Amino acid sequence: MAKMTMVQALNMALAQEMEKDDRVVVLGEDVGVDGGVFRVTDGLIDRFGGERVMDTPLAESGIAGFSIGLALYGLRPVCEMQFSGFSYYAMHQMEAHAARLRWRSQGRFHVPMVLRCPYGGGVRALEHHSESREAYWAHTPGLKMVIPSGPRNARALLVSAIRDPDPVVFYEPKAVYRAFREEVPEEEEVFPIGRSQLVRGGKDVTLISYGATLRPTLEAAQTLHDRYGIEAEVIDLLTISPLDDELFSGSVRKTGRAVVVHEAPRSFGPGAEVVSRLVEKAFLYLEAPVKRVTGFDIVIPLYQREQEYLPHADRIMKAVRETLDF
Amino acid sequence: MPRKPIDIPCRVDHLSILSEDGEVDREMEPELSEELLLRMYRTMLLCRRFDERMLTLQRQGRIGTFAPIKGQEAQIGAVVPLEPEDWIAPSFREMPAEVWRGKSLESVLLTYAGYNEGGKIPEGLNNLPIAIPVGSQILHAVGIAYGMKYRRKRHVAMAFFGDGGTSEGDFHEALNFAGVFQVPAVFVCQNNQWAISVPRSRQTRSRTLAQKAVAYEIPGVQVDGNDILAVYVAVKEAVERARAGEGPTFIENVTYRMSVHTTADDPKKYRRDEEVEPWIARDPITRFEKYLLKKGLLTDQKVASVDEEVTREVREAEQRWALQVEEGIDPMGMFDHAYEDLPPHILVQRDELRRELEEKSSQRG
Repeated sequence: MAKMTMVQALNMALAQEMEKDDRVVVLGEDVGVDGGVFRVTDGLIDRFGGERVMDTPLAESGIAGFSIGLALYGLRPVCEMQFSGFSYYAMHQMEAHAARLRWRSQGRFHVPMVLRCPYGGGVRALEHHSESREAYWAHTPGLKMVIPSGPRNARALLVSAIRDPDPVVFYEPKAVYRAFREEVPEEEEVFPIGRSQLVRGGKDVTLISYGATLRPTLEAAQTLHDRYGIEAEVIDLLTISPLDDELFSGSVRKTGRAVVVHEAPRSFGPGAEVVSRLVEKAFLYLEAPVKRVTGFDIVIPLYQREQEYLPHADRIMKAVRETLDF
Repeated sequence: MPRKPIDIPCRVDHLSILSEDGEVDREMEPELSEELLLRMYRTMLLCRRFDERMLTLQRQGRIGTFAPIKGQEAQIGAVVPLEPEDWIAPSFREMPAEVWRGKSLESVLLTYAGYNEGGKIPEGLNNLPIAIPVGSQILHAVGIAYGMKYRRKRHVAMAFFGDGGTSEGDFHEALNFAGVFQVPAVFVCQNNQWAISVPRSRQTRSRTLAQKAVAYEIPGVQVDGNDILAVYVAVKEAVERARAGEGPTFIENVTYRMSVHTTADDPKKYRRDEEVEPWIARDPITRFEKYLLKKGLLTDQKVASVDEEVTREVREAEQRWALQVEEGIDPMGMFDHAYEDLPPHILVQRDELRRELEEKSSQRG
């Protein structure tokens, strides 16, 4: 066991999968010699060579469409979009082909590829470098959408994504990349796609979050306990689509109250789907309206104001208090 | 510092072997067996008759919208040099190339009659399903070709697209990736002069489409796309180059869309009949037929019997298709192949539909 950042844990997942399986190849802008702008692919080109770690031309649609071809031929491409804000060029390839080729060919072909994208705010970056638009992908039939929240689950989920027979869009919270370290076992560890995780038990209210906002959510839960004796249960979604609604609806049937937290814009965001599932599966247990603490329905502001935009622990605590006081 | 020209390799040839009257350029004439030549002729005619029949079926309301291929049958010349291990990534006007490579006529009918099941590609047949978003499939061939190179296979991936496709960004990204990675890909542009109502001159100011290869430093050649021998020769050369590890080639086949874009449009709105007329004389099938007659491989009698044979083949395929439709195709099939394993929420939705259909049938019963 070594203590690692998320960047190191992702790097380990890639290296170990490449070691085990020569179908796994890595490609994208600056992923080779430079090791990726966030260093997630650092050193891979030295270990596995330029044929398996490809610095590609600067063209996101090209990277995605080329990866689809690799996957159709039987390889397992893991391609990187330098920032999720540039991935929309690739969206057409992902929506029109990656997501549909299994269906279109009636099972003859499939596209086992991973599209990795750093996403989210909090790193004082330029425009197009801070957004959180996972709902686009989650809304697309044929894709899976995964967002880890820490080093250990990032590693386990990336391994699962690489081995998944269907295309997976893998958003990496760049605010978490180097924010903290966790023990990550050297031996193989996978975490199933489509399953959420209970990260803190509690009886008073259920907090549901994922990705970068899991930390302020946990911080809020801790403060609620310390200051007010409120016991919040916290669930980390980990996979946005297919959404695991069993765990959180079971939790809400117990607590009767829920707050959903994400930095993506509120309207039509993942929280909207979570609330719908709660209405379908736990309606009679609800003691209060479900609150959403999310990004606002505007473009995330430039970095001087992003802390006011992003959900933080105080805002989450306020929502919990309102839910409890309802 | 003087200003001086840069030496850029930019030779673009035009290739033509058969004249409009079927006269052949003896030096360029490929050596093909009698059997292969006749099979090429037969498949061209089969696809022409099938296309005509589909148009009738569409007008009768028995199938939905489709994109006719009339006048573009010489594309078969592009797939003749391919082996089963080679791959093709077709657009929606490559029915003849797909049929040559083993796609069944009834599966084409199933697709255009609105059944997902028509998209089924038999195991071992390396044809991608047709791609409808213009130009988007070219990148897939480049990725496949990279896979071939990675696996040290002497195989080739071929992408088909039209003149309109060369305006799409994905076309340029595909040629660029192919050039950078030097993959065994062959790009076959079916320049049929029209992208629905927009003429070739509105797609690009370039004199040829073939010259676009120059920018990516890959060989480009313009071919008489209604001359099946020229198409064959150009592609054969490209395929051999690819197999030898010498990288991709771009081929522009100059042809003409004799019919509608799809059955949903009316070309009278944007082109005059006089414009279409000269292309009748350049019909790829009559030209090839004249060549084969002159060569003594065909006789008038044989032409009639081949026509009869392919017409029967179309009729039989239609019967098989009609029978399959009559026997009923389960609507529940819409959920098949969405993912390898359907996630729980889709299983729930599938049950919703199943229950609804069962209720409906019990009410009927």
